[in-house]
Amino acid sequence: MNSPIEWVPLGRSEKKPRARWLAPLSVMLGSMVTLLPFVATIPFLPPFGLMMLLGWRLVRTDSMRVWAPVPLGFFDDMMSGQPLGNAMFFWTVCVLAIEVIDTRLVWRDFWQDWLIATGAIAFCLIIGRLIATPLYAHVDTALLVQIVISAALFPVIARFCTWLDRDSKRR
Amino acid sequence: MAPPRNRRPGFSRRAQYGLFLGYVAAVGGAAIGAALLLLSTFNPTAFSAVRGFFSEITTPISSAFAWVRGGIAGAPEGFSGYVNARGENERLKKQLAENEVLVSRARALNQENRKLRDMLQLRDVTTDAIVIARLVASSASSTRRYATLNAGSWQHVKPGMPVREAAGLIGQVIETSPNTSRVLLIVDPESIVPVRRTRDGLPAIAAGRGDGLMDIRSASIATMIFQPGDTFVTSGTGGIFSPNIPVARVIRTARDIAVAEPAANPDALDFALVQQSFLPEPPPAPTPTPKPKAKP
Repeated sequence: MNSPIEWVPLGRSEKKPRARWLAPLSVMLGSMVTLLPFVATIPFLPPFGLMMLLGWRLVRTDSMRVWAPVPLGFFDDMMSGQPLGNAMFFWTVCVLAIEVIDTRLVWRDFWQDWLIATGAIAFCLIIGRLIATPLYAHVDTALLVQIVISAALFPVIARFCTWLDRDSKRR
Repeated sequence: MAPPRNRRPGFSRRAQYGLFLGYVAAVGGAAIGAALLLLSTFNPTAFSAVRGFFSEITTPISSAFAWVRGGIAGAPEGFSGYVNARGENERLKKQLAENEVLVSRARALNQENRKLRDMLQLRDVTTDAIVIARLVASSASSTRRYATLNAGSWQHVKPGMPVREAAGLIGQVIETSPNTSRVLLIVDPESIVPVRRTRDGLPAIAAGRGDGLMDIRSASIATMIFQPGDTFVTSGTGGIFSPNIPVARVIRTARDIAVAEPAANPDALDFALVQQSFLPEPPPAPTPTPKPKAKP
């Protein structure tokens, strides 16, 4: 195994990348951040599950099947306190929208990734607020702060996804 | 990142169909999600069993986290308590002597009170504590305010029971599973607590705002009546919350509503007390007997 080229015999499929199992697992762990022992009185925690999903999708396109947001969203709905179906539906919509953007954009840089992720996070948080909470509730300032925090944290999440996806053999 | 040059996965029919079916599955899954979302919007408790199954698994994890956090947060306090023990001892001894006078006066008042109540033939409604448990996690990323309590139906917790701590009311149990339950905090935008002002018993309604504060609305027609500093306790109206649990204190007044600060801090991570609902549920309504038809 010293040769730099990995030899795959004919008729045998290539070794599956680590991202195949690590990506869904890390998204689920991101959803489980709400298990931390804090009883919040305002929504301050960024939606880490969604951010991990977007990070994986934008950093490594083939890490997950296109339908992966459906079961992952179901799991997030169980953890987050939003009504069931919220993340299942809107996460899938986000990923499908990214698929469409991928066919339109000629070249995608990290700045575009960041912009796309910010848009997706803001879309999911705002529409989740509209669905889960009555309109007269005074949560909009907190929601805006939550969106800004999430957008500011996205580069860290993207770097984290890249780090998880690193090739452990190459040093 | 460069865009994929060719979206077709190759000449293999199988791979092409696989890709296509992936999209079909994604759209189908999104449609199922939308249907579930509609269902759970119109019937919020529809999937409580599924949620209960997951919280049974995850609540031990957050309980362990809470235990660790309690240990870390308690360490400096324990250390300084050890250092200051001598000074504390003298101070407490002095306080004890002062309190003895108060206690004897309170005993006399208590006796007098009991005598007066006997004369009025008041009946004490017992508000039994069901269980003492911890709030271990909450919906910190959502705009709704739920917390998870690590006691459930096996500990006789039932939906509708009020949850409080020493300082005041925290919320109300809305869903239970065998070992966990979900608490709707009083600061949630959909929570409403009937209250009265401690000063004069003025009835009001305390509703959550969603930003950690509460709106107090008068239940009577009078306006311009709230002042900063007014404190409110539960009134017992509605039969869920037993009376005289502190709820909130007014911090500023708007035109006809007041903004109040809740009395209890649910993040104190002390123990939360689940109480019996104030009045028992009414017996099931008698089956309606077919009425004789009105004479023409």
